[in-house]
Amino acid sequence: MTKVMYASITKKIVMSLMGLFLITFLVVHLSLNLLILFDKSLLKFNQAAHFMATNPVIQLFQWVLFLGFVIHIILGVVLQIQNWMARPIRYERKGSSELSYFSKFMIHTGAIVLIFLVIHFANFFIKAKTGHIDEITYDQGTYENMGQLVVTLFKDGWYVAFYVVALLLLGFHLEHGFQSAFQSLGLNHTKYTPVIKAFGTVFTIVLTLGFIAIPLVIYFS
Amino acid sequence: MDLTLKIWRQASANDKGRFVSYKVNNVSADSSFLEMLDVLNEDLVIKGEDPVAFDHDCREGICGACSLYINGRPHGPDRGITTCQMHMRHFKDGETITIEPWRAKPFPVIKDLMVDRSAFDKIIQAGGFISVRTGGVPDANAIPIPKRDADLAMDAAACIGCGACVAACKNASAMLFVAAKVSQFALLPQGRVEAKERVQKMVAKMDELGFGNCTNTYACEAECPKEISVANIARMNREFLVAKVAAPKDK
Ligand code: FES
Repeated sequence: MTKVMYASITKKIVMSLMGLFLITFLVVHLSLNLLILFDKSLLKFNQAAHFMATNPVIQLFQWVLFLGFVIHIILGVVLQIQNWMARPIRYERKGSSELSYFSKFMIHTGAIVLIFLVIHFANFFIKAKTGHIDEITYDQGTYENMGQLVVTLFKDGWYVAFYVVALLLLGFHLEHGFQSAFQSLGLNHTKYTPVIKAFGTVFTIVLTLGFIAIPLVIYFS
Repeated sequence: MDLTLKIWRQASANDKGRFVSYKVNNVSADSSFLEMLDVLNEDLVIKGEDPVAFDHDCREGICGACSLYINGRPHGPDRGITTCQMHMRHFKDGETITIEPWRAKPFPVIKDLMVDRSAFDKIIQAGGFISVRTGGVPDANAIPIPKRDADLAMDAAACIGCGACVAACKNASAMLFVAAKVSQFALLPQGRVEAKERVQKMVAKMDELGFGNCTNTYACEAECPKEISVANIARMNREFLVAKVAAPKDK
């Protein structure tokens, strides 16, 4: 007999908590990114990047965040494999039931976002940590010029295209994921669930457009 | 109307199985789907062939025996009804209808379109009951229950255990079924006594039997002939979470 270590619902609850946690990270990330657009000298963005890279609380939190990603990804893969195994013989006719549309592609959108994440990590985080960044001096002090790194990358059309596609897929992932997290946590209410769903959709669109706007503005300016 | 039926034929649990096409002519639009299959089977018997095996019992939409995955949807194209209650007027003359058995690892095919749904019985045996001595029939309203709770419990209890939720789910998850059974007890005072144990035992059994995990696609709710709400799944998640975090552990 196989002993199930964690119940399906336990996995789903952890999955949704991690998902919501990662969403808060996206909000912080986007707010910092937007600084690039509102300051030509890149001073504000470089200051913010410097703060994120040196503040001890953030340094600690970075590991929590990393753990959040790992748990969300591992659980996602485990759940998906179990789900595939639950129907060894597929249907001949494709299912045509009405359903939350993007729920069909969570593993696919998730996988591509993961690939993006790895590349993104190599482009920015690793470079920043291993010190391949030029410095820039302002009246306020000298900072690593992370802003310039971003601008240079966003002048590359292929990179911009890849970035936009990956972020759109992230949007699809969130469109289902946001409301799904509440359902997994047992929060379903006649009055509030429609509000959560509507908020999730608006939030997803704003967040996705926010991220996508930055490379587009830089590329076309 | 004249129809082509593409039906899954499988002689036994161990047979590999394949699709076989049959023609049925002069089908009345007023006949039910199962009556249409009866006509086909009569033909097959006359020809000396093996009739198509499919589950059915009440043919009134209340027992949950009938199944069939018809053109990509459990219980066929109409909403909120079982296969036995569906009529041929939902199909077009000359149409090819694909009929498959429920597909899920815990629902193995017995023959043709019949699957073994005893996995559901095992989940019920794990905790879908109340262990009290009932005694004589109590007076009505002896235990005050708010109307809203009574209604919600009744809605959950409408589940006929047909398995359409599992069949519809892309993950072959049984969450809607188990959630309905957990909810009908969890909402009533008689069921509260064992609520924490019940939800854990039933979920553990569901996992052990190899049903998939819920990814909140809500296809189950769309296909449920009794239109059981996915709010029940949220209730079960809640019950489960509370039971795990707050229930005293057995020694
Ligand atoms: S045969 Fe009883 S519900 Fe269809």
